[in-house]
Amino acid sequence: MNNLMVLASANAAEAAPSPLSVNWSELLVVAVGFAILMFIVIKYVVPMFEKTYADRTEAIEGGIARAEKAQAEASAALDEYKQQLVDARTEANRIREEARAEGAQILADLKERAASESARITEQAQTAIAAERQAAVVSLRAEVGSLATTLAGRIVGESLDDDARAARVVDRFLADLEKQSEGARK
Amino acid sequence: MIALTLPAQDGGSFTPPSVTSHLAPFFTIGGFEFTKQMALVLLSVVIIAWFFIAAARKGQLVPGRLQFAGEMAYGFVRNSVGKDVIGAKDFKKYVPLLFSLFFFILLNNLYGTIPWIQLPSFSHVTGAYFLALLVYVIWIGVGVKENGLRYFKLAVVPSGVPWYILPLVVPIEIISNFVVRPMTHSLRLFATMLAGHLIVLIAGSGIEFLIAQESWLLKGTSILVLAGATAMYMLEALIMVLQAYVFVLLTAIYIEGAVHADSH
Repeated sequence: MNNLMVLASANAAEAAPSPLSVNWSELLVVAVGFAILMFIVIKYVVPMFEKTYADRTEAIEGGIARAEKAQAEASAALDEYKQQLVDARTEANRIREEARAEGAQILADLKERAASESARITEQAQTAIAAERQAAVVSLRAEVGSLATTLAGRIVGESLDDDARAARVVDRFLADLEKQSEGARK
Repeated sequence: MIALTLPAQDGGSFTPPSVTSHLAPFFTIGGFEFTKQMALVLLSVVIIAWFFIAAARKGQLVPGRLQFAGEMAYGFVRNSVGKDVIGAKDFKKYVPLLFSLFFFILLNNLYGTIPWIQLPSFSHVTGAYFLALLVYVIWIGVGVKENGLRYFKLAVVPSGVPWYILPLVVPIEIISNFVVRPMTHSLRLFATMLAGHLIVLIAGSGIEFLIAQESWLLKGTSILVLAGATAMYMLEALIMVLQAYVFVLLTAIYIEGAVHADSH
């Protein structure tokens, strides 16, 4: 070691500086070189690597996230469809029930209306029949009375113009007729 | 060391290379001497930039061989040094610095293992001074930026120390943090590189000297020197990688201390 020291100091005495002293030319070169390297690293190398890392992380985690999202969406859609199906079924049932009820209602209405109509018609007919019968009876009674009276008067030659007597005769005659017809019916 | 002045039998004596032996500069412009060391420094910038741009350029999700190598190297500094030391929250913006420092130092050191080049750039102290000074300025700047001027108090007054010890501790902290730290940071790198470089040179010139001797016995001893030198060469290769790692690791630790000065 002594030798080295001696040698070093001897050389230093000649020209060479201490190994610990700064060489300004070297400083310049190292500083510039390192600055260029830093610039390239900051501008290109680190961003490129970081981008690759980020892309890779994104590709893996993003893929998982996307799959999860798709699955969630699919199950949500499935739920929705199921719900819609249930809704549609309920709706269909409701409509069917309504239609049935409506049909029954219409049928009942029609039946009722037909029944009432038929009753009305029957009643009307009966009323008309009764009325006509009454009219026939009245007119018959009047006409038959007068005809018979006239006829009897002619045959008997006896004036039966006295109303009271005529009426008694007619009534008797009719009563005989009714008895005859009852007897015939029996 | 005494062996270094072994008198030669054929008259001449062995003159070992010394710390002040330098090759002649390639060319000189005014006072500027362009030397082999400078050429190597600039070459390292080109090689590092070329390699990593080539590796990172494609940015494939499934990397090819070159990209994989680049990502391994980048990921080592980014994660094992930056993220693990500085912490996942703050490390990102320091990655470029740590990355550049590591590969700049690594490649310039490894020059020492390559035959014919065989000159670790940081066996010249100036580059080591520059890098350590740069780191020194950066971590102090980071400390002030993150903590304000209070940073200097945080840095020199350790918490939890009784007040009566402080007069003793504070000067020690000032000296160790602000004076000694950049010196050790630069000299550690420089000294190991210079020593390794010198060992190889001395062994090389020793072998040359011994082979040239008349006596077969002396010629034979050159084998021993060669064996020893080879072992040292391996050790040096390890140290070169290790020193690049140590330098960057310390940088990360200094920055971490400045970022999280509160919790120290």
